[in-house]
Amino acid sequence: MNVAFYEKIWMWAAGVLIVAFLATIAVGVAGSALQPPSHVETIDPTKVWNDPRFARHGVTVDERGVTVVVVAMMYAFENPEIRVPAGRPVTFRITSVDVTHGFQIVGTNGNTMVVPGYISQFTTVFRDPGEYLIVCNEYCGLGHHLMSAKLIVEPEAARP
Amino acid sequence: MNRTDRLSLAHLWVAIVAFGIAAAMAFMQALSRASLDLPWRSAKMYYLSVTAHGVLMALVFTTFFIMAFGYVVVTRSLNRAPVAPGVAWAGYWTALAGTLAAVWAILTGKATVLYTFYPPLKAHPAFYIGLTLVIVGSWCWAAVMLLSYRAWRREHQSAPVPLAMHGMIATVIVWLIATVGVAAEALLQLIPWSLGWTTTVDPVLARMLFWYFGHPLVYFWLLPAYVIWYTVLPRVAGGKLFSDPLARLAFVLFILLSTPVGFHHQFMDPGVSAGWKLLHTFLTFAILFPSFVTAFTVTASMEVAGRMQGATGLLNWLGKLPWRDPLFSSVALSMILFAFGGIGGAINASFGMNAVVHNTAWIQGHFHLTVGSAAALTFMGASYWLLPRLTGRELELSLLARVQPYLWFLGMLLFSFSNHITGLMGMPRRVYDAAYDGSAAAQAWRGLTEVSAAGGLLLFASAAFFILVMVGTALAGKKREPEPILWAEPLHPVSPQRTLLDRYGLWTVVAVILVLIAYAYPLWMHLRMVRFGSPGFQPF
Repeated sequence: MNVAFYEKIWMWAAGVLIVAFLATIAVGVAGSALQPPSHVETIDPTKVWNDPRFARHGVTVDERGVTVVVVAMMYAFENPEIRVPAGRPVTFRITSVDVTHGFQIVGTNGNTMVVPGYISQFTTVFRDPGEYLIVCNEYCGLGHHLMSAKLIVEPEAARP
Repeated sequence: MNRTDRLSLAHLWVAIVAFGIAAAMAFMQALSRASLDLPWRSAKMYYLSVTAHGVLMALVFTTFFIMAFGYVVVTRSLNRAPVAPGVAWAGYWTALAGTLAAVWAILTGKATVLYTFYPPLKAHPAFYIGLTLVIVGSWCWAAVMLLSYRAWRREHQSAPVPLAMHGMIATVIVWLIATVGVAAEALLQLIPWSLGWTTTVDPVLARMLFWYFGHPLVYFWLLPAYVIWYTVLPRVAGGKLFSDPLARLAFVLFILLSTPVGFHHQFMDPGVSAGWKLLHTFLTFAILFPSFVTAFTVTASMEVAGRMQGATGLLNWLGKLPWRDPLFSSVALSMILFAFGGIGGAINASFGMNAVVHNTAWIQGHFHLTVGSAAALTFMGASYWLLPRLTGRELELSLLARVQPYLWFLGMLLFSFSNHITGLMGMPRRVYDAAYDGSAAAQAWRGLTEVSAAGGLLLFASAAFFILVMVGTALAGKKREPEPILWAEPLHPVSPQRTLLDRYGLWTVVAVILVLIAYAYPLWMHLRMVRFGSPGFQPF
């Protein structure tokens, strides 16, 4: 195949750029374990309220860290107000009792789909104390735009 | 008008009508997002119209336009009527009947599930059956395209296939591989469930099947646009195609890489492990390559055109190009918008980084540059070029046609850029009202939603101009002998022999192997897992 000189340069440059992009991603994965939320765990969506994993929703702080258990439903998150400490890894565990929802903490990289029958889980650290808006970002019915909650990140010292 | 052109025109008109309705829906949505209080504004109307807009634009307008254009390519590049015209017409009526059924379900409020129709949101069976019929109709078209090629090939054993047809065959192969996924979702999961034959459905499996289809769907829109860029644009610009073999290579790469990438739409999904998402990330980046090649070849072809009109120096070839020709300006402007869309796409595909943009307004900003500009604006430009040549009527209201692509460009800049920014600020997509009880975060994006609405107004005006020109031409265009449809010639002589690049059987086999590598094992593991189905919900 006869390829013009400038186009050859362009194609090599495109190839190098693509490899560079992928290398950036690989470094993120290997170096900082930067991954999308990809937890694989199932649950019966019709029995969430009785499931021991979701019977106690809310924030638990123990020696393993901070865990936030959230139930998503049309059109609310239970609990609607979540308080977590700043500067510590916080693990969210979320499931839905009805349709597919989203769970997005505005202004952070906390973002996951919440699919009935599955448990979403991700861990993140909130550096800056303050109040954050949590929104459902997957259409879930006519009240979709009303589905939100509050995350309050407290300075570490404020908690016992 | 010959009989095949009647077939093309029948498809084209369905595309134009669907586009007009969908554009009106979109205008209302942009105003709603900006919290502008209009008398008929309601959540029910908003989500209904998002569904109608998505289905009519992404599935109906595109598919019918592409089918129309496919038949034009057969008649004008292979110089023969499509074989099995009965099958072609059967496909048309099937797809049209399916469209009407789905639109009926949507407009009566029985299918407000958006165009992605994620279960366990449950629509009326007519919605799923209707969309399935659209796909079945498109399969008839695909069969006619492939049979026509085979008939031509029998008479031309050793010649390379004309480039336009090469691109359309790539489109057909991508489409046939892709639609297996959505057909499985509809036939095995959604239709039996919506009819009440089954009680539950696995939503993650449905999402896997949907996005197996959903990403190559993007290339189904894009490849015919590329055919226009490669084979129509250089000629309209008064030049030649810079590199015929690289254009062919690009289409083959799309056959290979379009499908095994769907998990990049599911980065944020539970139930799909990170390793498989990473594999799909690598393949997604590989598919940037043929688009880079296209950007160079098409731009170089424009430069060739400018220089053939006597331009000298570094950049004044740009001034020699026919910026007043609506096909030329549509394609050139859509390429500029698509450059931003491509960069945004690379960001979306960046694995962990996707968390920052997933399901935010960034996404609607992104795909209005790809399907809403690279594909839709090119298709509008192509309609200005095509309709007079098919009907033998001069373009009516040609001043509107001349202005329309620029208006679209401007509207899209306002709409898309503001949505990219509000997306980064965290505003979710597809919400009726983004005020969130006056929360501070929501206050911050308020002003930009008004910029987006202003963009929507320009886009709506542009769409209205397009419809006026089309209808005006059909009703009142001056009759004359139609200009012939001619394809761009290559700048350098091409090999008189067919090459490895038009061995479609071989490339299809390789593509299927890649699909199996990317999907077979994760799908198998998924089906083996203990899963709990979801009953359906109709919160609309």
